[in-house]
Amino acid sequence: MNELALLIASAIASGTPLAIAALGLIINERAGVLNLGSEGLMLVAAIAGFATAVHSHNQALALLAGAGASALLCALLAGLLIWLQTNQYATGLALSLFGSGLSAFVGIGYTHENLGAHPVTGLPGLSRLPFLGPALFSQHPLVYFGMLLAAFSSWFFFRSKSGLLLRAVGESPEAAQALGYPVRWIRCAAVVAGGALIGLAGAYVSVVSTPLWVEGMIAGKGWIALALTTFATWRPARALLGAYLFGGVTMLQLHLQGRGVSVPVELLTALPYLSTILVLVLISRNPRFIAANMPASLGKPFHPGA
Amino acid sequence: MFKLVPRAEPSRLASLLAPLVALALTLCLGVLLFVLLGKDPLRALEMFFWEPIKNLRAVGELSIKATPLLLIALGLSVCFRSNVWNIGAEGQFILGSVGASAVALAATPESSPLLLAGVLLAGVLGGMLWAALTAFLRDRFHANEILVSLMLVYVAEQLLSYLVHGPWKDPNGYNFPQTITFLEPTRVPRLVAGTRANWGLLTAPLGVLLLSVFLRRTHAGYKLEVGGLSPLAARYAGFSSQSALWTTLLLSGGLAGLAGALEVAGPVGQLTTQVPLGYGFAAIIVAFVGRLDPVGVTLSSVLMSMFYIGGEMSQSRLGLPKSITGVFQGLLLFSLLTCDTFVERRLRFTGFRRSAPRVP
Amino acid sequence: MAGLRLELQNISKQYPGVRANDGICLEVAEAEIHAVLGENGAGKSTLMKIIYGVVQPDAGTLAWHGKPMRVASPEAARRLGISMVFQHFSLFETLTVAENIWLGVADKSRATVTARVRELASSYGLAVEPERPVHTLSVGERQRVEIVRALMTDPKLLILDEPTSVLTPQAVESLFATLRQLKQGGCSVLYISHKLDEIRALCDRCTVLRDGKVTGVVANPARESNASLSRLMIGAEPAKLEQRPLEAGAVVLAVRQLDLEKQDEFGVSLRGVSLELRAGEVLGIAGVSGNGQKELLSALSGEDARARPRSIELEGADISRADPARRRALGLRFVPEERLGRATVPSHSLEKNTLLTRKDSLPNGLLLQQKPLRALAQTLIERFGVKTRGSAAPAQSLSGGNLQRFVVGRELDAKPKLLIVAQPTWGVDVGAAAQIRRTLLELRDAGSALLVVSEELDELFELCDSLTVMANGRLSPRLRVADATRALIGEWMSGLWPDREEPACSS
Repeated sequence: MNELALLIASAIASGTPLAIAALGLIINERAGVLNLGSEGLMLVAAIAGFATAVHSHNQALALLAGAGASALLCALLAGLLIWLQTNQYATGLALSLFGSGLSAFVGIGYTHENLGAHPVTGLPGLSRLPFLGPALFSQHPLVYFGMLLAAFSSWFFFRSKSGLLLRAVGESPEAAQALGYPVRWIRCAAVVAGGALIGLAGAYVSVVSTPLWVEGMIAGKGWIALALTTFATWRPARALLGAYLFGGVTMLQLHLQGRGVSVPVELLTALPYLSTILVLVLISRNPRFIAANMPASLGKPFHPGA
Repeated sequence: MFKLVPRAEPSRLASLLAPLVALALTLCLGVLLFVLLGKDPLRALEMFFWEPIKNLRAVGELSIKATPLLLIALGLSVCFRSNVWNIGAEGQFILGSVGASAVALAATPESSPLLLAGVLLAGVLGGMLWAALTAFLRDRFHANEILVSLMLVYVAEQLLSYLVHGPWKDPNGYNFPQTITFLEPTRVPRLVAGTRANWGLLTAPLGVLLLSVFLRRTHAGYKLEVGGLSPLAARYAGFSSQSALWTTLLLSGGLAGLAGALEVAGPVGQLTTQVPLGYGFAAIIVAFVGRLDPVGVTLSSVLMSMFYIGGEMSQSRLGLPKSITGVFQGLLLFSLLTCDTFVERRLRFTGFRRSAPRVP
Repeated sequence: MAGLRLELQNISKQYPGVRANDGICLEVAEAEIHAVLGENGAGKSTLMKIIYGVVQPDAGTLAWHGKPMRVASPEAARRLGISMVFQHFSLFETLTVAENIWLGVADKSRATVTARVRELASSYGLAVEPERPVHTLSVGERQRVEIVRALMTDPKLLILDEPTSVLTPQAVESLFATLRQLKQGGCSVLYISHKLDEIRALCDRCTVLRDGKVTGVVANPARESNASLSRLMIGAEPAKLEQRPLEAGAVVLAVRQLDLEKQDEFGVSLRGVSLELRAGEVLGIAGVSGNGQKELLSALSGEDARARPRSIELEGADISRADPARRRALGLRFVPEERLGRATVPSHSLEKNTLLTRKDSLPNGLLLQQKPLRALAQTLIERFGVKTRGSAAPAQSLSGGNLQRFVVGRELDAKPKLLIVAQPTWGVDVGAAAQIRRTLLELRDAGSALLVVSEELDELFELCDSLTVMANGRLSPRLRVADATRALIGEWMSGLWPDREEPACSS
């Protein structure tokens, strides 16, 4: 029983960076911008956060540094995609490749550092409840931030005027411009804000999850977060649940590895990636369903008219 | 104040100049970076642009890097022109090396040299198989090929790890994750004495020639081009997007697989976890910088190889981590994408007044 | 002059290569419905954009209630009390009516906006439900939403740009009632149109534009005839195309009970579509866009090959599942509505665009041959009068009219047994339009069958022997043009035809 509680807890903890990154990507995509740079952004944020933590010993500062680094790169991305109208696929990929190289380069000096594990405080009082205590209430604050973020995003997109406007821009930037809204700036804001969240997720991995630096340590979470946005049909609550499920799969394979299950360890390590493929296949099967839910202008460049 | 306005026709001049301007921009940023790191920029430039070509041996090393980059990038440029985003070339490269190794490991010292052909063919097939997975999932289930091909890279890495840690591990290899060194009949013979360049180098110009003809002078190439530029026009004309998907993926998978086979049957000589060098990703940059054109890709693959070698030299001679190569490659692509804007658009100075917002 | 709400003096606007507005003067009184009449390209849209602040004039003045004014932006226009309903709606499909309107007004809460929408809807008799998502609305309903949105700011001047191009005649009457009510409340209306009947029925005064200039201001359009207004609009009576007695041959196209599920969320499913077309016949399909024409055309061209076997036959051969290339080989050719991006690849030269659908007319071989392709492209350019600097010019460098000449020519030159054309002269200048229509009739004379889909009833009446109407994915019974009246067609555009077996086959 206790084991199950621990599994749930670790699934949630492991899924949190995926959830926060996916929520950031949902903000990007709801505005119509496809951000293929998520992996590179998370890597850069991870090293920025880690380096800050090493020098300042302040976890909150480190997380902010990661968010900031990613937001900065996203400002550059926004300039290229929105004003210079470069190809969204190529530019996003360029960002991922650049981020990968940059993080490896900067990270060289930090491979031997270890931040040491922080004691997890969880929610006082609630963390002592039987089963639910260890399962849900003994997490790092950022985990709860993730849940609150999902709730806030849902309210934002479907009840607030700014969220409505963002969705409108994502559906038809031409119509939004006809109404007099500064579409390019709105998209830029969405890219940067979403980017900050993606960075936060990346920093969480290197500062909280595994307080070490290893080149390429994000190991595809940026890409998985992209798959999650489609899986969640761009709805924040579904993205959160999907992220936790993924976290569960990742934790399950570690669990099985630890149990000495007689399956090749490489197959277990490949499990999250195979699951992502499975999820993509399941969700994409019905193109009409996707088209009905997808922000209509996603991936298409916006020409503000001569 | 300034506005980007569309041109009536894409500018050919800008199209030719963009890669050069991008390179110049990258160089400036590079020099800046070296200065900031406290290294002599002139020495650094020497590492990147002179050392790789200064003698025959160096050119041989260059060719060993340029050939796989070129092969993969040729395939990727066909894919990208058709809007098929094959990002998993690294995985196809790995499967190529695995396929080649499977045949190579079956060799005995008496095996005929023709076995080498089998090795290379197995590599091509391995790469094609891996790419076919992506094609199938996109064709049948509309799954996004970017994410699927990418996830398959991670899976391929695990497969490789499994094989060299387990069934294919060299029993006399001190428990290192590697296979035996392949036997003579399955190794690609040396092309030029005094260098490591091997016969595999010849696949490069052959590939460029065949692909050029294919893209520019055949109907199939024309159909792919239309499909990439205007999918609705392609559908109107009756060009099958399904066949475009399979053709481009199998082609690039096969080329990446061939590159992988040449790598293990050539300079490396065995299968290890260190075989994948990231060429599958670097080739994406090579393809774009080369303008998705066979001749351009030839030039950009040489350029990128120089970056690789320069990076390695910077590590041994200047004490800079060789991952600096990755930074430059990324910068080059960003610069190119920025410069590319000016092919379809030009800058117009609109005076100092704020203009009224426009409505379609 | 006292009581003038809006006065434009000598407004001019130059665009590269064309003088869109040339010294235009316009006067709109208070509580007046004022028409601006002109053909496509006469300069009406540019003028409206100037009034609404989208575009600034190069010269000329604008006065609002007697005071000189510069309208710097649509926001400024709205503040003055000018509202506009565009021809192409700016609505967000996935949002509700209330949410759409909420986005168009400054702040206020969703509840306030919803209440005001209901209020406006009931006072003007505009049936609008605030909580419905826009994608569930018909075109007429969407226009009502746009009008309510325009009325939210309590405007003094409402500009409507070609409002009836997407409406059935019944919906047009409703619209007129709303506009008359607005006029009674003191609002002025600028009514942009090229439809003579409507202007004569609705408007108090009419300014006529041609080639960017005002050719006349008519004080009481109801007293004018269509002919006199038309003369002001296009200069002369359009040449009447010769009508020939019908000499129909064998059946070329047979569509039998075609049912096709829509492929995208906002599409239309086809239900029981049947028609028969004989050689030498021209059949027109009328109807407001968005009723299944797109889907039917894709099913006929082969871009959508999901039809049930034997539901589409070309000269007896079953082509229901055939791809476009095969249909072309059998003699079916198609000129789609979208010239750039579907009929042609915009950045490709005319030569390469010739190759798009004419591979069969070129010599076979492993490699493509430049010379025969260039020769064919040249032939098309010369034969159909395409004004371009050469066969190497990219398709996107041609004007709309010339590109259409090229596309129609490319398909015609292949001597098809059946030519299907969608919106043949939409956005094309008058001269090219006349030439294209002539060429189509020449094809008919040569014995081919023609299927024309168009929103312009006038065009259909000119070109076709018989007509059918498409509404909600179904086809109406077939009518000979001589028996067709606009009123009947209008009714049928709402789907109100008597149910009968075998609707659109020749009797």
